[in-house]
Amino acid sequence: MPRPFELSDPKRARQLADVIASLAPSTPVKIVHVCGTHEMAITQHGLRRFLPKNVEILEGPGCPVCVTPTADIDAAVQIAEAGAILCTFGDMTRVPGTRLTLEQARSKGCDIRVVLSAAEASNIAKETDRAVVFFAVGFETTTPMTAAVLVNEPPANFSVLVSHKKIPEAMAVLLSMPGTNIHGYLAPGHVSTILGMAPYAKQLDLFKIPIVIGGFEPLDILYAIALILRQLRNGQGFVENGFPRGVADEGNITAQRLIARVFESTDVQWRGIGVIPDSGYRLREEFARFDARLRFHIEGKTGDERIPGCRCADVLTARATPADCPLFRARCTPLSPVGPCMVGSEGACSIWYRYGGRELP
Amino acid sequence: MTSNENRISPLHGAGGEMMSRLLAEHVLPHFAASQVGRIGLSAMDDGATIALPTAGELVMTTDSHVVKPIFFPGGDIGKLAAAGTLNDLAVMGARPLALSLAVIIEEDFPISDIDRIVESFAHTLIGSQTPLICGDTKVMGRGEIDGIVINTTGLGIANPAISDAGAVPGDVIIVTGSMGDHGMALLAAREEFHLETELKSDVDSIWPMIRTILPIGGIHAMKDPTRGGLAAALNEMSGKSGTTIELTQSAIPIRDEVQALSDLLGISPLEVANEGKAVLIVDPALADQILETLQKHPLGRHAAIIGIVGTKFPGRVVMTTPVGGRRFLDMPLGDPVPRIC
Repeated sequence: MPRPFELSDPKRARQLADVIASLAPSTPVKIVHVCGTHEMAITQHGLRRFLPKNVEILEGPGCPVCVTPTADIDAAVQIAEAGAILCTFGDMTRVPGTRLTLEQARSKGCDIRVVLSAAEASNIAKETDRAVVFFAVGFETTTPMTAAVLVNEPPANFSVLVSHKKIPEAMAVLLSMPGTNIHGYLAPGHVSTILGMAPYAKQLDLFKIPIVIGGFEPLDILYAIALILRQLRNGQGFVENGFPRGVADEGNITAQRLIARVFESTDVQWRGIGVIPDSGYRLREEFARFDARLRFHIEGKTGDERIPGCRCADVLTARATPADCPLFRARCTPLSPVGPCMVGSEGACSIWYRYGGRELP
Repeated sequence: MTSNENRISPLHGAGGEMMSRLLAEHVLPHFAASQVGRIGLSAMDDGATIALPTAGELVMTTDSHVVKPIFFPGGDIGKLAAAGTLNDLAVMGARPLALSLAVIIEEDFPISDIDRIVESFAHTLIGSQTPLICGDTKVMGRGEIDGIVINTTGLGIANPAISDAGAVPGDVIIVTGSMGDHGMALLAAREEFHLETELKSDVDSIWPMIRTILPIGGIHAMKDPTRGGLAAALNEMSGKSGTTIELTQSAIPIRDEVQALSDLLGISPLEVANEGKAVLIVDPALADQILETLQKHPLGRHAAIIGIVGTKFPGRVVMTTPVGGRRFLDMPLGDPVPRIC
């Protein structure tokens, strides 16, 4: 029962590893990616083994569940407690809010449902007279899916708690934070399929560091890392498409228009980072009737993000690896997570816990 | 005939005439072989007897079965209950002597479904030449139980019994076929995913295959990778023996359609149940002979050597990935839920 191994061909991987070794400087290099799927691919395939010791690759704010601020979880709990059916993705139910997780709210009698898409939540609304709210998290990959539901006349009892975020804005902010020391970005393939290359250039041009869009197969990732190191060696720093198989330079124009029609940019809070200007979305006036925050009178209070002893904030800003946190594997495990990076299945801590970090020979 | 007569009523579990008829018409006819001692199933006594074997160890196992859907591609709860218990005996190295069957049914359950379930249970026992020697039927009210629950206890004889803790550094790891078929077939059959696939569960009794390798010897540990799949089974085997299991991922047989569904749902085929497979840890000197013997049996056609036993990370499973990287294969955390974002 052979599988096609072209994109995980061990011989080509070795060749790319040799190229990476020849391009890498002798000084430490920190490459950051911003995508749970990238971290999953890197650890599941054990790709860190192919990098020289001084080249490290870390997950920044790439797990949408992890960067969702406490205030948004609190809003979702408040909506559920008001009697609405609250629909969201599975991992969201376990992220701690100020008082409760959504899972705990469910055990107190709230109606919390796990869905796979905004469309599924809207379908639930068609079957009931009760208020149905979709807790919309995620980056540019899920935002157009929420928009698509809203432009197609969803039922009047359906509304959305918008918590969508924009990745390029966060990438830019990370660079100006103290202690991040980022030499290059591996940009996420699927987000870039929607965005294309322009938003990265717009946000990050001034920083003059390599930004290479990468796919998710082992060779895609090693290739993108090689391109980043080549730019560094040549003293360059520009946006490069290392995944032309999946990403058109201009992105998906239809999806971009859909997002622009339904949403406008606004300042939002990211767990571990703080408020980033224009890094999130709110519904435009035309769609405000679907805004769960208005329907349920949610005030924009800030929740408490601090968790004693937990280094999630440093992990989300690529200033620490999961193994640097004293709670990792000790008090913090996927079965009893302390911080959000251990909750989200795309969180760096949860992924390292399951598949291992750099300790494997 | 009214529709009620085609369905289970509380009287079917009350021990009276209705129950006798249910058993006489829908259960007993399936079990021709039902005696291994003086008193067997057809005697309908309070218990059955087994003539004591003269040598070896008696092995006893019990398992309760709940599955959703009850009828799934490749099998049903009846086949699952029989195979589950027979396989637990088989991976202990035990020839099955006899099984029991206890069924708890929800009121209003269709009797035609009972027929199908009992028939496939009986068919699976016949394939392993194992008699059913005692049983029990109970009926619970509507909503008090979800459809049907089956418990089976099995007795077997081993000489000697094989544990799951006997791995020794240098040993070779063998699986008897493709991994993840049962779990993925059931996930695909779940309504909420709206999937149409050709996937079938691998549920089957593996005793007819296992009996062909027992005479070779050299099996240090054996386990059926059911709930939690290969990942759970191997973590348990490395944990109990204090060894490291070192796998080569590309050597693990996985069907293309299982891999495709796994990629779609974000659930590893190594973390979901198999119901017709075994994982063996064997003496390296006998590994090839065991493998070739397995491959000669229809259930073991795709048997493969997938790794070796080492010492570097005691109690853990390390896997070399197809691309040449390394990662841990951990104990699965719980029921797999599709990755979402």
